[in-house]
Amino acid sequence: MAIDLEQFHQVFFEESLEGLEAMEHSLLEITPDNVDPEIINTIFRAAHSIKGGSGTFGFEQITDFTHVLETLLDEVRDGSRQITDQIVDLLLKSCDCLRTMVNQLQAKQPIDDTEARPLIAAFEAILAGQETATTPTSPKTAEPATTESTPATTESSATMNAEDYNDLVMASVSTMLNGDNEPAGQAASASPSGNTDTDGRWKIHFVPEPQILLTGNEPNRIFRELASLGNLSVEADTSKLPDFEDLVVDECHLSWTLWMDGEVDKDDILDVFDWVLDECKLEISREGESELSASTTTEQPEPESQQEPQQEQQPSEPAAVTPAPATTTQATTPAQATTATDAQQTAPSTGASASASASSIRVGIDKVDSLINLVGELVITQSMLSQLSSNFEMSDIERLNNGLEQLLQNTKELQESVMRIRMLPISFAFNRFPRMIRDLAAKTGKKVNLIVNGEQTELDKTVMEQIGDPLVHLVRNAIDHGIEPSEERIAQGKPEDGTITLDAYHRGGNIVVEISDDGRGIDPEKIRTKAIEKGIIGGNEELSKSQIYDLLFEPGFSTAAVVSDISGRGVGMDVVRRNIKSLGGRIEVESELGSGSVFRVYLPLTLAILDGQLVRVGDQTYIIPLISIVESLQIKPELVNRASGNTILYRLREDNVPIIPIYQEFNIDADNKELENGLLVVVESAGQKIGLLVDDLLAQQQVVIKSLESNYKRVEGISGATILGDGSVSLIIDIPGLINRVAGGSDPINRSNHTQAA
Amino acid sequence: MAEILIVDDSASMRNMVTTTLQTAGHQVTDAADGVIALGSAKGKKFDAVVTDLNMPNMDGIELIKQLRSLPNYKYTPILLLTTESSADKKASGKSAGATGWLVKPFNPEKLLATIDRVL
Repeated sequence: MAIDLEQFHQVFFEESLEGLEAMEHSLLEITPDNVDPEIINTIFRAAHSIKGGSGTFGFEQITDFTHVLETLLDEVRDGSRQITDQIVDLLLKSCDCLRTMVNQLQAKQPIDDTEARPLIAAFEAILAGQETATTPTSPKTAEPATTESTPATTESSATMNAEDYNDLVMASVSTMLNGDNEPAGQAASASPSGNTDTDGRWKIHFVPEPQILLTGNEPNRIFRELASLGNLSVEADTSKLPDFEDLVVDECHLSWTLWMDGEVDKDDILDVFDWVLDECKLEISREGESELSASTTTEQPEPESQQEPQQEQQPSEPAAVTPAPATTTQATTPAQATTATDAQQTAPSTGASASASASSIRVGIDKVDSLINLVGELVITQSMLSQLSSNFEMSDIERLNNGLEQLLQNTKELQESVMRIRMLPISFAFNRFPRMIRDLAAKTGKKVNLIVNGEQTELDKTVMEQIGDPLVHLVRNAIDHGIEPSEERIAQGKPEDGTITLDAYHRGGNIVVEISDDGRGIDPEKIRTKAIEKGIIGGNEELSKSQIYDLLFEPGFSTAAVVSDISGRGVGMDVVRRNIKSLGGRIEVESELGSGSVFRVYLPLTLAILDGQLVRVGDQTYIIPLISIVESLQIKPELVNRASGNTILYRLREDNVPIIPIYQEFNIDADNKELENGLLVVVESAGQKIGLLVDDLLAQQQVVIKSLESNYKRVEGISGATILGDGSVSLIIDIPGLINRVAGGSDPINRSNHTQAA
Repeated sequence: MAEILIVDDSASMRNMVTTTLQTAGHQVTDAADGVIALGSAKGKKFDAVVTDLNMPNMDGIELIKQLRSLPNYKYTPILLLTTESSADKKASGKSAGATGWLVKPFNPEKLLATIDRVL
């Protein structure tokens, strides 16, 4: 049966990234003197799961990497290794590295292991440090360089185990009657003959221990499996059966002698008994040869168990086993070898087809349950209404009204619940900060504490994905430029450790994310001076404090370190604002010199629903996003100013606002084409305003955004569409798009250019 | 066709095992840890159980012990999902009552072959 493993890749990527996040989170909680075993367990489990999954899905590099991690963590877990700051640091770096690798896989790119190799080498060095006989040598990933001589070494992958074990077998058990793990490719040379000799049948003497049934191992099943290998004959020995009165139903007192075709591989036979080797006496021999006894619990030198550091007697063990039960030593080999081959075989399937990974979302079951509940109610309402309609009389009108009222309620709740599905707690975006602040604090030599509030505040998934980078930028700035070095803080009588606070909360239909620091604050005078220097504002312009702080987000405000204590504050800040604006949000700054700054980001609850102002132009209804509307006004002719070209400007207090008649823009009919007494809706985007000439202002309402691109095609000046209550389609005007076109680019408007109206 | 319980805290492994077994015509119930699995197993009689070892809340070893103490699961085949590096786990799994094991990484074919061994 062909099952395409690729279908599980996306889930694996997601779960790996989640695992890495959990791992990172736990690592940050570790202090070397107080290690909570549960934390170590969580970290171990994450590494272990990633390793298991990557092995199964053929992502070899990740398997190799997580293998050393796991080995080390296993030692920490069983207490044989102390966790140190150095190890925590290495593990944190590994999280980053693995995340990059997973992202590369997700993007179907080849994995770049330049980052991974030194890390693996570092882990191997740590691990080797514990071993006496080994010297850390090659950092190369898949080479068992350090393992060959000492079976007790821990850092071997699946491949190495087989190879390793092989060497061991070759060295110490070379006189063995029968061979080796030939499934492993590299073991071919080591495989002696004898296995597949066709002379003589196999004679298998199988004596299970009485309690074998209690592990679910049925001799019958084993025989069935043997029979699938070749001709089998079975003879049961009933001599050990107790008397009927003494018979215990759970116990097996039978034993068997089985004969098997000679051409069957002995390893295959052993494989069948693999699970019960510790619960039986097993002898396998060629008919006519002297019988070598194999078996029982004690003498199974499984190569894996050599990973147990405490089992130091291990290296000598294979030799000890050599003389007598030659067969035993191989008992576990086939399983080993198969593992190795599997790892190799599944690998090539990795970089196959390139289909874009669909984004998915993990939803809490409570949200799904509430949906199901609501749908249930909707069904009840529907059946009530249809019952009512089947025999409607005027006296039923009140019941009809009630029913419709209920339907409205259901719909509203259903809508809210569906929207909630897209919502994720903001901790998804906040989670990266503890780590980032730890690193940045270490880099800058500052002491910084992080306080996070409102982690459970929920945000639309798309908003969440896009707000991450701006937030990182703001937090980095706060540490880089806001928080002072310890000496400076102490000199000012502030606590030595700086504090950065992240907060998220609802305020009036918005989500507000606050990034505040108790650093030195931003000096408005310096910003003003610099803005004048840069020609962003005129020298004699009166600006309020908040207007001055807004200058921080002007493109080109700060590209060089001119003013020392705010240098860098402006680098990329225009991008931060642009990103936030493109999400339909805004940002504001509050700062007190000497005591800190607050950056407040306002974000819409969701991108899928928007508060819109319905406007009419001719027989068309358009929607203008409420958030972009500055004001609506009736045009006063004396404030209209015709500038050069076709541009008409409207004097709005300090600003000259270009007027865009919608009917012209979209080439439709309008009731009113005159400017005089026309209705103007002034909208703003990226600090620029335009006035839209419309016929009428209609209602304000929430509209559900439907993508025009996915349903029709991209239309210039339109950002989407929605369906109104009467079923008609209404287009949503793309304000930033329109403004960009009018402004002919993204240049900021010249605030000091005040043309007098004619 | 058999009813099989699969226990693993990794969603991708659960998905893979579930889909594979379902494609082969089996009926599959999945659980993310031992506690959930035990809840699903009680009052039912799965034909086979496949469980991971390392899981939060209740690990595979404990789950096997608990299952074996239930009359319905006295002889039920219970397979461990292990990695090649945990031989000691195989041993403790066996002494807890596991029937056998399936070594990760495995592919769907190997999974089905192993399941067929015990059904």
